Amino acid sequence: MSRISGCFERLKANGRKALIPYLTAGDPNSETTLGLMRALVANGADIIELGYPFTDPTSDGPVIQRAVERALVHNTSLHDVLHTVSVFRQEDQQTPVVLMGYLNPVESMGYQKFADDAVAAGVDGILIVDMPPEESHDLEEIIDKTAIDRIYLVAPTTSDARAAQICKKSSGYVYYVSLKGVTGAGNLDIESVKENLVRLRKNTDLPVGVGFGIKDAESAKKVSKIAEAVVVGSALINKIEELDSTRQYNLDELKEHISLIKDMRDAMDD
Amino acid sequence: MSESKLLNDVYSGPDEHGHFGPYGGIFVGETLMPALEELNRKYAELKEDPQFWEEFHYDLKHYVGRPTPLYFAERLTSELGGARIYLKREDLNHTGAHKVNNTIGQALLARAMGKTRIIAETGAGQHGVASATVAARLGLECYVYMGVEDIHRQSANVYRMKMLGANVVGVDSGSRTLKDAMNEALRDWATNVDNTYYIIGTVAGPHPYPMLVRDFQSVIGREAREQCLEMTGRLPDTLVACVGGGSNAIGLFYPFIPDESVAMIGVEAGGYGLATGKHAAPLCTGQPGVLHGNRTYLMNDENGQILDTHSISAGLDYPGVGPEHSWLKDLKRASYTSVTDQETLDAFRKLTHLEGIMPALESSHAIAWVMKEAPKLPKDHIIVVNLSGRGDKDMHTVAEIEGIEV
Repeated sequence: MSRISGCFERLKANGRKALIPYLTAGDPNSETTLGLMRALVANGADIIELGYPFTDPTSDGPVIQRAVERALVHNTSLHDVLHTVSVFRQEDQQTPVVLMGYLNPVESMGYQKFADDAVAAGVDGILIVDMPPEESHDLEEIIDKTAIDRIYLVAPTTSDARAAQICKKSSGYVYYVSLKGVTGAGNLDIESVKENLVRLRKNTDLPVGVGFGIKDAESAKKVSKIAEAVVVGSALINKIEELDSTRQYNLDELKEHISLIKDMRDAMDD
Repeated sequence: MSESKLLNDVYSGPDEHGHFGPYGGIFVGETLMPALEELNRKYAELKEDPQFWEEFHYDLKHYVGRPTPLYFAERLTSELGGARIYLKREDLNHTGAHKVNNTIGQALLARAMGKTRIIAETGAGQHGVASATVAARLGLECYVYMGVEDIHRQSANVYRMKMLGANVVGVDSGSRTLKDAMNEALRDWATNVDNTYYIIGTVAGPHPYPMLVRDFQSVIGREAREQCLEMTGRLPDTLVACVGGGSNAIGLFYPFIPDESVAMIGVEAGGYGLATGKHAAPLCTGQPGVLHGNRTYLMNDENGQILDTHSISAGLDYPGVGPEHSWLKDLKRASYTSVTDQETLDAFRKLTHLEGIMPALESSHAIAWVMKEAPKLPKDHIIVVNLSGRGDKDMHTVAEIEGIEV
């Protein structure tokens, strides 16, 4: 069983839901990213989605765009991000790490090298935002030979027939995009998400994570009632944006700074 | 045999998934996938509908002013002393460039799909103006995304768009040019996908855009082929066009693809020279990668990050290129080269002085190639150049370089 599936099994046995924070690697620098990953786990995160930067993040709103720009100030590469995962993995063998980003850095590295290096680093899942199942064949062939899970997006615009196809290609969990738009946008319409998840579940037994528009403990709690996982990105990155890139932070400082995650955890477990 | 049958026998593309060989395809977030499927379905349906094409050609004739002339540039030819040079006068279209051929077609699609809001990206502002124009004519709401760098260098077009009732949205991220305007348009589309039609201005982007923009722009090459036969009794030997995203070039080239005797030359923006890295010539210097919904030649670094580009002309200042050009390059059916900003300016002045035709800086790249190569070619060699747009919009840029205040 993959580390991601194991994580969901354990949570289910305890009647809990997964909290999945997203952060951009290298924002504000690689060392702080590593510290933040530790602080996220300490604050109750179950899985970490680690974004690798790309200059043109067309599915992201201004908050994540700025995070990417900060990471690219010192040229954080996919190679650097894999290194961060490998350091994290040496000290934490339990928390799954999902790499999330755009296709071009992966194309540039080469699919086979990417897969080899991701396995070696201890990556558990990949989610490539601009690679729909229609275009995933070549990479999938390679990833299928590893234990890495393939996570795909389902959106409010996705038809039932298409959702069924996407779910067939997915493993680990399915990422449901809660709203039409980019990351960090608008307000969550929990009722419509609920309806759409009922339809989605007819197509899959995989756990479903809901992301986009979850910004505080209250919305995290609401989503945890209807999905197996709550994904939070821009709200966390707003906090990371306040960090000083020239300073070193200890674990307690970072835990305190991103107490939002602890608040979400508490609300979800309440 | 019909023209499309002839083409299909020799060269067909894209396949049903939008692939031109290894290029093209659909690389977007899931939110937009259903919208692209819907567009693809609707276009497939309308493509077979004679009434759709009748309306398209009616608008091109009565609103745009087509056919545009094929003009024998006698003084330029005699000055260069080599090949005979013919200009396909796309600058004479309503709104001043070839861009309107495409926006007329896509506006008909938008209307057929019941969309009430139009968005577009623009570099030089020509596509923005052409989009604002069709939106005004159909009474549709229009938002044009434009990099703040381009807003500065193309202020006349910004004002034109506003006069036409469009909202011009400045994009202040990344390199603040065409690439970033396209990012922002894609974000808008994902947010407002229910009521919004995205008019992409070039033969790039996710399938079916490279195909349908090509189909609308192919009127350029069909007319040029017919006009050249009529005027000279034979096909041209060489076609030349500038290439940014590549819509004017594909529009000229596409109907000639089966004519193996006809050479095709795409001219990219060489900026300060390829060796300086400050240019916008992905076909000359780049590698295949994925950006803005398609796989194509790109300017990117060793980590797959998109590089900043430079060109004197805003319309060519883009790190990617339409996927069909990437394929034509690999197939060696077309060749791609570049000219520098300086060569472009010289060509701009020369054509203006000799022919009384002021070309857009984009189109001046094609003229610059002709100035270098025509003298080496025999006098019976026929070159058809796509004069894709007029240069009024570039007055500020040229005057600034010459140190003149306008």
